[in-house]
Amino acid sequence: MSARPPVTVYPLRLAAPLAGFMALFFLLPMLMLVWVSGYADAGMTQWGSAASWAKMFDAFGLAVLGDTLWLGLQVTLLSLVLGYALAWTYLRLPSQFQTLVIFIVMMPLLTSVVVRTFAWIVILGRQGIVNSALMNLGWIDAPMKLLYTRTGLVVALANVQLPLMVLPLITALQRIDPNLADASASLGAGAWRTFRRVTVPLSLPGVVAGCLLTFAAAITAFISQSLIGGGQMLFMPMYLYQQASALSNYPFAAAIGLTFLVAVLVCVSAFNALGRLSRGYAAG
Amino acid sequence: MSRRIDWSGSAFRGVMNTLALLTLALLIAPTVVVVVVSFTNGFSLKFPPPGYSLRWYQELLDASQLHFAAWNSVKVALATTVLAVVLGVAGALAIARSQTASARVLDSLFMSPLVLPALAFGFAALMTFSAVGWTVSTTTLVIGHTVVCVPYVIRTTTAALAQMEPALLESSASLGASRLYTFRRVTLPLIRPGVMAGAFIAFMSSFDNVPVSLFLRDARTDMLPIRMWQDLEGRLDVTIAALSAVIVVVTLVLMVVMERAVGLSRRLRQ
Repeated sequence: MSARPPVTVYPLRLAAPLAGFMALFFLLPMLMLVWVSGYADAGMTQWGSAASWAKMFDAFGLAVLGDTLWLGLQVTLLSLVLGYALAWTYLRLPSQFQTLVIFIVMMPLLTSVVVRTFAWIVILGRQGIVNSALMNLGWIDAPMKLLYTRTGLVVALANVQLPLMVLPLITALQRIDPNLADASASLGAGAWRTFRRVTVPLSLPGVVAGCLLTFAAAITAFISQSLIGGGQMLFMPMYLYQQASALSNYPFAAAIGLTFLVAVLVCVSAFNALGRLSRGYAAG
Repeated sequence: MSRRIDWSGSAFRGVMNTLALLTLALLIAPTVVVVVVSFTNGFSLKFPPPGYSLRWYQELLDASQLHFAAWNSVKVALATTVLAVVLGVAGALAIARSQTASARVLDSLFMSPLVLPALAFGFAALMTFSAVGWTVSTTTLVIGHTVVCVPYVIRTTTAALAQMEPALLESSASLGASRLYTFRRVTLPLIRPGVMAGAFIAFMSSFDNVPVSLFLRDARTDMLPIRMWQDLEGRLDVTIAALSAVIVVVTLVLMVVMERAVGLSRRLRQ
């Protein structure tokens, strides 16, 4: 392949304004976080201490971090099951229905997250749809507690983040040559076996991409966590907010923020490594 | 043999289709619920409502705090969109067709706010601004929002640039057009739908932003999502249902308009 004539390539210096902007207002604040986390006290008088880091990595802090990641995993798995079925079915729909389904999937992506979370408060509440329906059916006598429970939070979060899972899955499933499933069937494999041995492996890049986005969104979903989880559950975003806002312990909040950031980065890199593996698998 | 395979095939399709239907229902439910409950004549979020009325829309018309916050949010979202488009399109032009290492580094820098926890960034930005003596204002909000919204513009613009035929630029140049003329008359018209889609997503996500606004606003620069969140934390106010229904309907209308104008759904999937 010959080198492209320069007219089709734009000069790199066009990126300078944005690069400067990001350096000043994104990278510098991140460095600032590292600096602030080094103060020993909330009043920020003594620098050069690991006190806030020690506090972050005490048993309580580690439990909050672990629980946040566990929540992300639960939400991601539920989204994957629901999203995969929807993406698989989507590709077998007539095209006018496909447009409608894509629209339904996209809608939550652009609707305000506070509004979506609010809807789940109405659905899960004591007088919400689930409780009214179950009581009308006579299955329960008194309203169940769904709001402010772990299950309620996982279901609501999975739903709020579902578009992030479905869209990459549709793209990945679309790329699979339909003849492969036919070939698998003609060689005697049943529908389940074909799904397990052909469709799922070939769609792995989409699965990894969807899981990455869903996981990252679920663990950072401050609003949904605080409104649906309620005050009984503490996750990293709320932990940071409490320390920064209510308690004005900036060094500790900075240590929480950085820990959370690194945890997300590690997870993202792990997903990306998986993605590269799965692309090699899907291509080979 | 063939009957057994057939049976397992329909069982498989049955499971997939049932799950898919359930998922679709779960996706539609919140929107429907919000709209229906906003017309309640009661004081609670009971579903289905005991009766219907417009009383909460009447309340909404008088809710001056919400109006103030909504207007602030629109102003910040508009300014953010303009800044994100100007910086983002220039950035996307520079990195989209370049294979160099520096272009890839810049690409990851520009896209990183998308996956990193925005709450940590919001707090970091507040620390930085206060260290240099800037008090929170509309300006700090716009700066913070732009950092987290610029990736959307970069993504849709880069995708549009990738689809553009380079031969078009070459022929324009060989016919004697200057770079600027080629950009205005060839590149820009071709990437405009991508840019518009990115601008739309940036606007919506700024309007909806919580984690950055949480730290970079105060009472004078109240933002709508924060106001709503605080109202919901205190008590479950039905006025919020009416407001939510308005937001849902406006979002839907804007989505249909953008779908017609620039094929929004195709661009979101790239």
